[in-house]
Amino acid sequence: MKHARIAWSGAIHDAIEVEGQLLLTQGPHAGRRVDFDEVVWLPPLAPVPQARTVIALGLNYADHARELAFKAPEEPLAFMKGEASLIGHNALTKRPADVTYMHYECELAVVIGRTARRVKKADAYDFIAGYTVANDYAIRDYLENWYRPNLRVKNRDTCTPIGPWLVDAADVPNPMVLKLQTSVNGKVTQSGSTADMIFDVPSLIEYFSSFMTLNPGDLILTGTPDGIVNVNPGDAIVTEIEGIGALVNTLVAA
Amino acid sequence: MKPWRPEGTVYGTLLNFRSEWDLWSPRMTQDPHKAPPKAPVLYVKSANTFCPAGQDLLLQDGVHEVDIGVTLGLVIGTQAQVVGAVLLNDWSVPHTSYYRPPVKFRCRDGFLGLPAQVTPGRVADWSALQIEVHRNGEPVQRVDLRELMRDMPTLLADVGEFMTLQAGDVLMVGTDCLADGSRPRARAGDRVEISAPGFASVCTTVGDVA
Repeated sequence: MKHARIAWSGAIHDAIEVEGQLLLTQGPHAGRRVDFDEVVWLPPLAPVPQARTVIALGLNYADHARELAFKAPEEPLAFMKGEASLIGHNALTKRPADVTYMHYECELAVVIGRTARRVKKADAYDFIAGYTVANDYAIRDYLENWYRPNLRVKNRDTCTPIGPWLVDAADVPNPMVLKLQTSVNGKVTQSGSTADMIFDVPSLIEYFSSFMTLNPGDLILTGTPDGIVNVNPGDAIVTEIEGIGALVNTLVAA
Repeated sequence: MKPWRPEGTVYGTLLNFRSEWDLWSPRMTQDPHKAPPKAPVLYVKSANTFCPAGQDLLLQDGVHEVDIGVTLGLVIGTQAQVVGAVLLNDWSVPHTSYYRPPVKFRCRDGFLGLPAQVTPGRVADWSALQIEVHRNGEPVQRVDLRELMRDMPTLLADVGEFMTLQAGDVLMVGTDCLADGSRPRARAGDRVEISAPGFASVCTTVGDVA
């Protein structure tokens, strides 16, 4: 099942995808169907009682690591983001006027379903609620070699679109063989496969849960493959993962 | 009353005390850093680190010693303004490289010691605050907020340039080091107390897995 969280008719609703429409699943309009273009899409994540942990990976695809002239890391290169950087599908992302290189990053996002601590790789899939698509924008002009990638590059307002759907883990039999693709104004600029991750999803859950507790609703953004290019105000960027969804975002001048 | 926990995301600031900046300064232009940091260098303390007042810090998963990171956390209100502050113990696994993000050093379970409550106020109230650190009753550090590289209004402005702090978020102003660049450390059996006038103390007993 594909779950969405939307604003429509003056309130926020949970919905699922049915025959190319959104079926509202709770509240006064439960049972009603609405069209995709009638709603505002929010990140497809249920609220959590305390700050959501958002882990992101750098250099987790062999080709991207090569592209950025680094050797593949021996352990995951992880950084953290604040939940406030997340925005939904079909939203606007701000590109500062003074920068020369802002790029998208199409990433498979893992949503944790059960409290995870010291989980072994073999059991890791039992702790996953589902998957969504994230576009983890970066502005390379702001890259500094201190806790790199630094938060000014990676934790900017509006710079982490996520969605449109949270797809149940049960509907994704093997998340490690999914095609990823990004297009800019309809032209494909990035394509790859989750099969090329250096640290696959079970390895990441084993690694992080070896020293920290992952809670339901926490996110792991698993990194991006080769094919990043600069994008400009007005560009429509579609980051898409096979079977998970196509996340649309438009850049605006800030 | 339930002890306080942050409602939002907790951010930390690296290299924001003059003494540590000065110690690092000769190396800042060397590899891998190549240049001194221009923007505030921040990190996140994830929710699994929150250790409410009254709970022990349990050293586990191969960690036997921790740096004590005494700091002031600015508590943010609805219009991204500061509505209060807390003393915090921003524990970390000692690490000498500031090149890569410090997730495995700073985001371990229990690695943010919290006080019981927030002290309401404005940053001007704390610009000359002195924070005392005691380990097993002995003074081990005194931190003076007049020694900040970016004072609190400047830090808030420079952070606000790229991210909007949300209601309930906490921005930690930085942790100072000792004269040799290290931080006071704690091991199992130690009791660490952080105190300052007008603030609820952060008192933590450090334990380990038997």
